[in-house]
Amino acid sequence: MRPTVLWTLVVASLLLFGLARLPLEKSLDTAHRTAGLRTAALNIELREQIGQLSYAAALSGFRSLVAAFLWIEAHTAWEQTAWGRMAGLFQSVTSLQPRSLVYWDLASWHMAWNAAIAARENPKEPSEFLRQRAEREYHELGRDFLLRGIANNPDPHVLHERLGIMLRDKFHDRCGAADAFTAAAEKPGAPPYMKRLAAYELAACQGREREAYQKLRAIYLLGEEERMPSVISLINQLEAQLDIPAAERLAPPAAP
Amino acid sequence: MIRRTATIAAVTWTELVRLKVFYFLIIFALLVIGNSFFLARFSFEEEFQMLKDIALGAMSVFSSLLAILATATLLPKDIEDRTIYTVLAKPVSRTEYLLGKLSGVFLLLTLAVLLMGAVFAAVLLLRTQTLLHSAQIEMAALPPAELQAALERIRATGYDPNLFAGGVVILVKAWLLAALTMFISTFATSTIFTTITAFAAYFIGHLQATAREYWLAADTSGFLTKSVLAIVSLVFPDLQAFNLVDDIVTGVAIPAAIFWKTLALGAGYIAVYTALAAAVFHHKEL
Repeated sequence: MRPTVLWTLVVASLLLFGLARLPLEKSLDTAHRTAGLRTAALNIELREQIGQLSYAAALSGFRSLVAAFLWIEAHTAWEQTAWGRMAGLFQSVTSLQPRSLVYWDLASWHMAWNAAIAARENPKEPSEFLRQRAEREYHELGRDFLLRGIANNPDPHVLHERLGIMLRDKFHDRCGAADAFTAAAEKPGAPPYMKRLAAYELAACQGREREAYQKLRAIYLLGEEERMPSVISLINQLEAQLDIPAAERLAPPAAP
Repeated sequence: MIRRTATIAAVTWTELVRLKVFYFLIIFALLVIGNSFFLARFSFEEEFQMLKDIALGAMSVFSSLLAILATATLLPKDIEDRTIYTVLAKPVSRTEYLLGKLSGVFLLLTLAVLLMGAVFAAVLLLRTQTLLHSAQIEMAALPPAELQAALERIRATGYDPNLFAGGVVILVKAWLLAALTMFISTFATSTIFTTITAFAAYFIGHLQATAREYWLAADTSGFLTKSVLAIVSLVFPDLQAFNLVDDIVTGVAIPAAIFWKTLALGAGYIAVYTALAAAVFHHKEL
């Protein structure tokens, strides 16, 4: 066979095979998106953050490997209390591995707890106002990590729970915390105490006391093992606050 | 035919082993074991996450490198040593010779992935057991139900059956790369040309999915742009489809349908590249 004929046939075969596999590749691509796989956005912004070499490695199928090394680098930055650098590295790691709950969870914790406290107690910053502002910014950065983590991983309960804790402890947003814990409680595999956490926060959320009472009532009626002193005490408190008729009241007052 | 192919595969395997290619396993073992010591200072969730990231990432790197470099040397070396003439002078067809060579590389890649997988599994198991043991001591005062829940969490974080599926996909991708490199080496003029072209195909293959998406998008304009994107999409393999490991390490379960479709796609690529390699090699002037 003449080389030109052979090569025409080879190229034609490659193109035909390309056309034949196109439906399978497209359906596989759609299946990946549906299953939430390959969701990492490898864009120019990320390239600027992680550098050309790491970006090339991430593009070549070593995304998880690059993420692990950047996380180790972030850990080193933590040991040096380089909070700004750490935040940047966390952005890169979570962009590379958006389905990893550990990275979102720990990035938000480092920002909202460690970095925020370090900013508040920064001895190099004499202005109280600026220290507080920096602290608030780190809180917001921590919350942002959790919100983006939840957007990428809506099903697991962990990040919703962490958001509830953060809203309660760092933002003093009891209503937001109640909603986050409620969302966590509805997710598969959520621990049973999540319902209680949601009800406790709802009881502290102004204007939603009746909703909290209904939730606590439902928890109480689940059985003996759910009747914690804190549940009974809150039910008593809400029954008094909401003027629930004596005949409809549920729990005897909790033992002191 | 099978006997002759098997003999050539066995010889190829011996040749490759004599090249001391398994030395890379020492580097892999050092990387995984060394990291496991270093990572012990992290929380157990971080530790397991990074151990999986690093080990499976390294398995992917080493198997891809091995697939391209080991295959690229085969034909040029046999031509240079003139071994190929002795073999083909016997009643061995060129297709049998090529299949034998490729089977030898497949065998090498399978063993390499198995060995790396075994090292990874051993380190993971050891770290899980160590953590379980220390947790049992540290949390001895907890109520039994809470202790069991904590231990279960450590076990679940450490062991994930999807990691096995990740190993299989890494192996299929390595086989695909070997078949592609073999196809390139049938028309290449030197080892270096084969290696460079195979690496270029590897990088382009990882961008093929993006090229396909743009090619098929309604708003992509320009005949030249469309033509280039079409050629990239049709000629190069979609290697991103085999990068399930990046998601597996995060604990995402890979649906069975996706897993089997990926393997089917891999088998299709291997079959076509091997057939094309055989066709080109059949007409190659030696």
